[in-house]
Amino acid sequence: MSIDVRGVSKQFGQFTALQDISLTVPSGELVALLGPSGCGKTTLLRIIAGLESPDSGEILFNGQNARQNVQERQVGFVFQHYALFRHMTVFDNIAFGLTVKPRSSRPSKEKIRSRVRELLSLIQLENIADRYPSQLSGGQRQRVALARALAVEPQVLLLDEPFGALDAQVRIELRRWLRRLHDEIHVTSVFVTHDQEEALEVADRIVVMNKGKIEQQGTPDEVYERPATPFVFNFLGNVNLFHGRVHQGQASLGGFAVSSPDHAETNDSPAVGYVRSHDIELERTAADDTSFTVTVRSIHPVGPVVRIALVTTTEGTSLEAEISRDLADRLQLKIDETVYARPRRVHLFVEDYQI
Amino acid sequence: MANITTLHNKSTDQARRQLSEPFWVRWLLISSALLFLSLFLFVPLASVFSEALAKGVETYLAALQEADTWSAIKLTLLVAVISVPLNLFFGLAASWAIAKFEFRGKSLLITLIDLPFSVSPVISGLIYVLMFGLQGWIGPWLQDHDIKIIFAAPGIILATIFVTFPFVARELIPLMESQGCEEEEAALTLGASGLQTFFRVTFPNIKWGILYGVILCNARAMGEFGAVSVVSGHIRGMTNTVPLQVEILYNEYNYAAAFAVATLLALLALVTLVIKSWVEFRMKQQEIRS
Repeated sequence: MSIDVRGVSKQFGQFTALQDISLTVPSGELVALLGPSGCGKTTLLRIIAGLESPDSGEILFNGQNARQNVQERQVGFVFQHYALFRHMTVFDNIAFGLTVKPRSSRPSKEKIRSRVRELLSLIQLENIADRYPSQLSGGQRQRVALARALAVEPQVLLLDEPFGALDAQVRIELRRWLRRLHDEIHVTSVFVTHDQEEALEVADRIVVMNKGKIEQQGTPDEVYERPATPFVFNFLGNVNLFHGRVHQGQASLGGFAVSSPDHAETNDSPAVGYVRSHDIELERTAADDTSFTVTVRSIHPVGPVVRIALVTTTEGTSLEAEISRDLADRLQLKIDETVYARPRRVHLFVEDYQI
Repeated sequence: MANITTLHNKSTDQARRQLSEPFWVRWLLISSALLFLSLFLFVPLASVFSEALAKGVETYLAALQEADTWSAIKLTLLVAVISVPLNLFFGLAASWAIAKFEFRGKSLLITLIDLPFSVSPVISGLIYVLMFGLQGWIGPWLQDHDIKIIFAAPGIILATIFVTFPFVARELIPLMESQGCEEEEAALTLGASGLQTFFRVTFPNIKWGILYGVILCNARAMGEFGAVSVVSGHIRGMTNTVPLQVEILYNEYNYAAAFAVATLLALLALVTLVIKSWVEFRMKQQEIRS
């Protein structure tokens, strides 16, 4: 089932949570709503679920107006803090959605039991049916919450920061598991996250939100490789800023020059170049005029990569470069040493575009 | 992990010892508390029972079987049976609204719920006299239609409801607020109706809190003196509740009977105390479980 969000706005007192949001989730896709906290992504999810009503705009399921009532919308909702019924066993939690159905459409006890067993094996937790939520780990609780939501065979599955309360290891395991699960059952799913890595790894499409608006939507590759706005660039990965000017397709950004065919029509405008830290190459010798000199300020090995804080010698702006351990071993950098830096890829935003 | 916990325990033990007072200070504090308790609580309680039984068990039982006393007991039970369920309902509705919804005038509602606590019970009784009494706002109309509220059971029940209104709500509001509404929202998304959500999700989480509130509410409803005294009219065998009956008997120098009836209230207090501690224990257990 596809989801259409049309012109949805929502105001909480003075605070504008959502501003004229329009968005389409094609049937069977797994979409991430990505953004910093307070950007309105959870509010949008709750409006899709029917837990919150929009001030204006509408939600369409399969091209038809979604039901007003949460109960009739047939959405599966997974909460950040699981919201399992604490006084019920895992079995009763998962069976809940089936047991509250009106008598006419309620499955028999036998059917409910076999459905719950099926779901327990789907979440790979066959042996914990009799336990209470407090006896489970965070990852187990979240999987039970997911099974509970899936028990009623929802039309869409909505997940609010599903891995937010878990520790790093479990989070990675569980999100890969969610991806595999989605490939199996193909229910249209939307999940909210503030973790760009999570969105890039799991989602078919990413919707980047900021201050109640959509900044960009597209596949993970699109938003990562071709960020539409400086905000998206900033939010997806570590980035360095170079201020300068662009004139007829040629940008000079404080010490180095790049050609920018996209801006061939631009006449002498202020511009900002965005370069990801892993797109900065460090060399002992200058290659061409795209290189510039930098001074090494500090060296931090972090697992397989080494993060190096730099300062440009001409302008004194701070940079961060991320290079592989191999390269770091070869370069044998020392603090306060001067080397050449070369940005491999520069994304240029003409300044007035930013505002 | 086990090592870490034992280490942790040891260090907190040590900290406790270091933060603790010297032996004689602790001894002094505990014994003065005990002395105070026995002077003002245990000795009076014992004296109620000893006075009641001073003239033998037979006099005691006879005093309880006396017709006016018996009717006072019945009236007290009637008042409790009506006012406690009503306040359970009001309290539940109010705390449900306050804890689970956002609306204008919420703090005003909370203040109103607390009002009976801050008003003297005599005033609580007096407002009903001013409303329904012969000189009151709608007193003449009531008399024309031959409806008796003041100096009759309805007035006593109204005053009792007013005085005991906060007990259930006060207990439930913080409990329900601390539990949030995510579980209810989860139930709704799973297709449960409002009533199903209440009975299958909300209620099991607050049942001990409800019981606690009901016990306190009941104890107060049966023991209320001030407000009831104003609206009752003290008609023997008709509008006297147990506390009023105790006062009347005492004023008539019928000490044995007065204390005999008073033992009923003392027993009510003791039973309430026992149930209350048991409920508190269960609530703590439930807290640990979640």
